[in-house]
Amino acid sequence: MSGWAQPTPAACPGCAVAGMAADPTSKTGSSSNETLLALPGIHCAGCIGGVERGLMALPDVTEARVNLSLKRVRIRHSAALSPEALIATLDAVGYEALPLDQASLSQTEMDRAGRDLLMRLGVAFFAMMNIMILSVAVWAGATDATRDIFHLVSAAIALPAVLFAGQPFFRAALRALRAGRLAMDVPISLAIILATGLSLYETFNGGEYAYFDAAVMLTFFLLGGRYLDHRSRAAARSAAQELSALEVPRAVRITRGTEESIDARDLAAGDHIRVLPGGRLPADGTITGGTSDLDRSLLTGESLPVSATIGMQVCTGEVNLSGPLIIKVSAAGPDTALAKMAALVAVAEEARGRYTSLADKAARAYAPLVHILAICAFFGWLWVSGGDGRLAINIAVTVLIITCPCALGLAVPAVVTAASGKLFRKGLLIKSGTALERLAQVDTVVFDKTGTLTIGLPGPKGLDAYSAEDLAITAGLVAGSAHPLARGMATALTVDPAQIDDLKEVPGQGIQGRWQGKTVRFGRAGWAGDAPERDETSAWLSVEGRAPVSFEFVDQLRPGAKELVAEIMAKGLKVQLLSGDLPGPVARIAGELGITDWQAQISPSGKVSQIEALTAAGANVLMVGDGLNDTGALARASVSISPATALDAARAASDIVLLGTDISPVADAITTAQKAVRRIKENFAISILYNIIAVPVALLGFATPLIAALAMSASSITVTLNALRLR
Amino acid sequence: MEIIAFLIPVSIGLGLIGLIAFIWTLRTNQYDDPEGDAARILPDDWDNAPRPAPRKPAEK
Repeated sequence: MSGWAQPTPAACPGCAVAGMAADPTSKTGSSSNETLLALPGIHCAGCIGGVERGLMALPDVTEARVNLSLKRVRIRHSAALSPEALIATLDAVGYEALPLDQASLSQTEMDRAGRDLLMRLGVAFFAMMNIMILSVAVWAGATDATRDIFHLVSAAIALPAVLFAGQPFFRAALRALRAGRLAMDVPISLAIILATGLSLYETFNGGEYAYFDAAVMLTFFLLGGRYLDHRSRAAARSAAQELSALEVPRAVRITRGTEESIDARDLAAGDHIRVLPGGRLPADGTITGGTSDLDRSLLTGESLPVSATIGMQVCTGEVNLSGPLIIKVSAAGPDTALAKMAALVAVAEEARGRYTSLADKAARAYAPLVHILAICAFFGWLWVSGGDGRLAINIAVTVLIITCPCALGLAVPAVVTAASGKLFRKGLLIKSGTALERLAQVDTVVFDKTGTLTIGLPGPKGLDAYSAEDLAITAGLVAGSAHPLARGMATALTVDPAQIDDLKEVPGQGIQGRWQGKTVRFGRAGWAGDAPERDETSAWLSVEGRAPVSFEFVDQLRPGAKELVAEIMAKGLKVQLLSGDLPGPVARIAGELGITDWQAQISPSGKVSQIEALTAAGANVLMVGDGLNDTGALARASVSISPATALDAARAASDIVLLGTDISPVADAITTAQKAVRRIKENFAISILYNIIAVPVALLGFATPLIAALAMSASSITVTLNALRLR
Repeated sequence: MEIIAFLIPVSIGLGLIGLIAFIWTLRTNQYDDPEGDAARILPDDWDNAPRPAPRKPAEK
């Protein structure tokens, strides 16, 4: 990793080694930098204070501002400070922080579309309230000249307001018509335009009824629904996409003995590259120099690293752990195994894109019905009244206004906003608008093991049995290593590390150092221990002149995993565990969680075909996974969830991103989704009920602007209140 | 009834003031963090004096 080529300012050695130091080339060279971090755990005023005080305590930080609604913090700091150091600082004061991608943020931060909608909403609200004042006077009995003046003033307010505020609907309706579809926007636009047009005509001809208030109210309520829809999705989607791995794909190329740092995309087959410990492999190839260990967990799901020697085939995305490697590139860019896997994802996503949301289904049934009703009303009244066109048009337009899907337009967004808000507070980001609907139908849950049900870091067993001195030496030895066993050890140890000199990492073997003049080693059985190599899940500590001691390691469950699996099973859903890891560890984890249906050593395409088989058998599958080997399966499943620590590709392929470390909110997500769908259906029922009452009234010609206004606001408010019950 | 000629412009004018105020709040990003703003009145850190301006990077 290029961060190692020069002194890293990271305050925490663990972070620098963990392969997270930012690439120096990403710095713009200015003395002041801005960093955005996601803070999934914050929820109150105390958290704001804690985060801001903790960051401001650093001399290099000039400004720190928490945004509680988006759960992120914007930090202005000098270039000397790296994002990892900021994350480490927050970690020390007790807040989990994740880096956000700076480049993609500039657009979403401003959120032009949201502001535009809000502006139109404000204009519509102003117009609605002012026209309503005048309308009340008319309803109360103003006649003749007074009524005409009031109508004229209403027209002067309503016309510009509708033209400005109604634009989102007009544009969407035009797009839908051009594409030959009949979306919800078409009856909406038609109702708004006809109501305004008819009212204008009536006003200039001294008519009794003007529907300006209805036209503006319609615009206001529907814009409200549109804004809610936009906000809940934009906030979640952008944050999910912006979560970055802090790693810029760069490579160190060796040409005739000189090294240069280049963009990984510029690599070609035949190049020689150097990969330092902690770095992710930027291309596929063969090892031509050096020995090390490789962490393949994100690609294959194997929980423990494999040793790498000269001549071995390696793949993009694997992490080099202990020693520098020289690799001859065999495939780079779009030819790598990783890129091919991404193509697999694209195909699978397309298959899933055919899901029709409840709102679309409702619109498809509703829009033609409304238009047919209005046309029937027009011709019916033309025939009944013996050719009174003005009366027939009046009644047809009233039918359109009254049936206009005001409540229908709010039914889905109000519920989705309430549900995503609730889930966001629990640390879940909903990326897709239809994810909740798909989640509610889930009957089978498929888990990945490494990094999903486990935290991907093996932990030592029974530390109490060791002497404090041994533990202190171990803590001193493992502090700087990127090897999962060492990191697992470092995380588990709470003792003060002993002073170790001449610390060095021996690739493929372990860590060695000097403690009080004696050689101390922590590593493989054959090197640090005296026993023959048994299996990979143990490490030995040897102190010169003493018998070596061994540590046993086990995969650690992610917090909340046990509760989650138990809760899902209690709901009556089927649970499966598909892992690329060896049968031993998979069986142990499955046993611990009570999962009976598990398979080990499954290839990425095996996972995909497994999901496909389940889907073909009629199951609605929820896939929860984090690795590259899960990406295809995540995209193919009917709905998918990945943790924030997952690879970019996996996060991109999933509908919901889990921000915190605790996995148990997944069960809440299913419950909330089921409740949300129930609320959506109730809302549809409510708006249909209103129409059953209001449509005959309109068809018979009894509807007045007052009745239209009452029906519209009453149905919209009932629907919104029903949605709020979800919170 | 002449009073109406006076009252209607006044009532619309008041509404317009509200609309302009709303557009101003919108333009100055006051809706970016509603939850945070609600929470920020609780801590008593800057009750006696306003928060100082952001530090310059030079003066540590």
